[in-house]
Amino acid sequence: MNLDKPKTRIVEIEPVTRVEGHGKVTIHLDDDNNVAEARLHIVEFRGFERFIRGRLLWEAPVIVQRLCGICPVSHHIAAAKAMDVIVGADALPPTAEKMRRLMHYGQVMQSNVLHFFHLSSPDLLFGFDAPRGKRNIFNVIKEFPELAKQGVLMRKYGQEVILHTAGKKIHGTGAIPGGINKNLSLQERDLLLQDIEQMKVWAKGAVDVAKRYTLEHLSQVEQFANFNSSHLSLVREDGALDLYHGGLRATDAAGNIIFDHVDYQDFNDYIMEEVRPWSYMKFPFIKSRGSLDGWYRVGPLSRLNNVAFIDTPLANAEHKEFRALTHNKPNHMSLAYHWARMIEVLHCVEKIHELLLDPDLQGADLRVTGERREEGVGVIEAPRGSLFHHYKVDKNDQITYCNLIVSTTHNNNGMNRAVTDVAKKYLGGKKRITEGMLNHVEVAVRAYDPCLSCATHALGQMPLTVELFDADGALIHSNSQHMGQDIPPD
Amino acid sequence: MMTKDINLSTLVIGYGNPGRQDDGLGPACADRIAELNLSGVTVETNYQLTVEDALELSRYQQVVFIDASLRGGKPFFLQQIEADDECQMGSHVLSPQAVVTLSRTLFSADTEAFLMGIRGYAFDRFEEALSPEAQLNLNQALDYLASWLQSRGKYRDHA
Repeated sequence: MNLDKPKTRIVEIEPVTRVEGHGKVTIHLDDDNNVAEARLHIVEFRGFERFIRGRLLWEAPVIVQRLCGICPVSHHIAAAKAMDVIVGADALPPTAEKMRRLMHYGQVMQSNVLHFFHLSSPDLLFGFDAPRGKRNIFNVIKEFPELAKQGVLMRKYGQEVILHTAGKKIHGTGAIPGGINKNLSLQERDLLLQDIEQMKVWAKGAVDVAKRYTLEHLSQVEQFANFNSSHLSLVREDGALDLYHGGLRATDAAGNIIFDHVDYQDFNDYIMEEVRPWSYMKFPFIKSRGSLDGWYRVGPLSRLNNVAFIDTPLANAEHKEFRALTHNKPNHMSLAYHWARMIEVLHCVEKIHELLLDPDLQGADLRVTGERREEGVGVIEAPRGSLFHHYKVDKNDQITYCNLIVSTTHNNNGMNRAVTDVAKKYLGGKKRITEGMLNHVEVAVRAYDPCLSCATHALGQMPLTVELFDADGALIHSNSQHMGQDIPPD
Repeated sequence: MMTKDINLSTLVIGYGNPGRQDDGLGPACADRIAELNLSGVTVETNYQLTVEDALELSRYQQVVFIDASLRGGKPFFLQQIEADDECQMGSHVLSPQAVVTLSRTLFSADTEAFLMGIRGYAFDRFEEALSPEAQLNLNQALDYLASWLQSRGKYRDHA
């Protein structure tokens, strides 16, 4: 069926709540009320790649954090890694790399915790079919107050790690081209060590909640947005999970290697991006597979599918259990993202503990430079998946080109597939969309923890637009909603 | 009673993205308040409110959230806000009411909460500058807030 033909009914659902940022979903029905396709639309244009042009290369790691207030450290480090290449820092001093790693593990931990405890836990604790009024964090607080408090305190701990490595909790300056601008004092180390055992206990508890949910609802999890796809992530040289650095590995739906240990400086030889008229977000695909078959997923699920093992004991034991569920074949269940995400939290806490005990963090050799280059790529495994930063600079150190492929963009096709799968199962043949059906669509999107934000959130403005199209594709109504705050009149 | 005339414990949180024109009104106002070094006033800035703000504000007697406002009164408004467990909660979009609710329910806080909205006009471009109109509103908001914080301290002293 040619979906670009306008002769389908369009039912719009928005807002999609409790996902990062702003989006809407359109579900395209055919004349028989069957779902033809569902689309997740990204309605806000970032434009950041142009904004950064003309800025000096050393500014990039600081400025790019303005893309996002929730995962700024991921952008900070990805940009710094790209600039390492440009300033010729091919091997960072141990203190610099370990400080960046510590910062990064703090970031992944706090972001994943926030998503799980405060965005997804209502779905898992109360069920998808619970009324919207029931499935929210405030009911989690009422019925599971300790869990809710743990979420806040774990996120706070991750923020503390960021504070002491980046210099500030938000938009720090720790990572610089070629290294880092501070080490970790013994006082800071001891401060962070005070709570690490508690974090480990809580992280293990979070894994248990996610695992128990998956296993106790396995028939639902297996039915819900479970579809074959390829998976992309960084892997360490020995095949271990590495959230900071490694080579690119892509595997197909059966787990066969498509490419492996690819130097991400060459990612353009392996990954391409397609533009579609109905979304500002691009659609990346694996070049050798073409745009139709080459789409893939990234993030916790893909990482745990791709890696051979995890180099921290508690998370590795959980990874083995995770892989055993699908007999060591790739796990394609969208809802398994939650379980994978919590295993990564446990891994991050273990890595933070390991690093805090490493005397290299008190080293004084913080930065290195080498042969200057005009182009560099930085890739990192951000909370939501692989994050690519690609820059070119001129002889005056000014940035002339910037291309970012953020995790949510990598997952664009996967999210559309997830929404379509759920829509077909729960909306097909129906004339009315009930709240329960809406919940299912939101749960599918939320599993990917998409980050659609560019951080504009002015009071009184919820940048979500409702657009209603008729069967000929003509816009017949448009409306915007803002958050439910009482704004005094003019 | 005289204990809190110069030590009224107040947290000011200005939030918004300074890279998005007038969305930076909240941090800009907070930064200017910080420069005044008002006794008993702690100032934080961020891109948005976050869940751990709930823990932070529970340590204060009062909190003032400052954000840019696309709608509503100009040049600014200041209003008291209450907990509201019906409000939406995301991670990029967390309302002051949600933070107050979290603070009261999770950390038993009784912090008085206020929201200052400063009217802005330009939000569409990546640009690190306030519009001239927003700048004027900021100046008026700042004068008012600085006086209000000081008088609030004295008021509390005599309460």
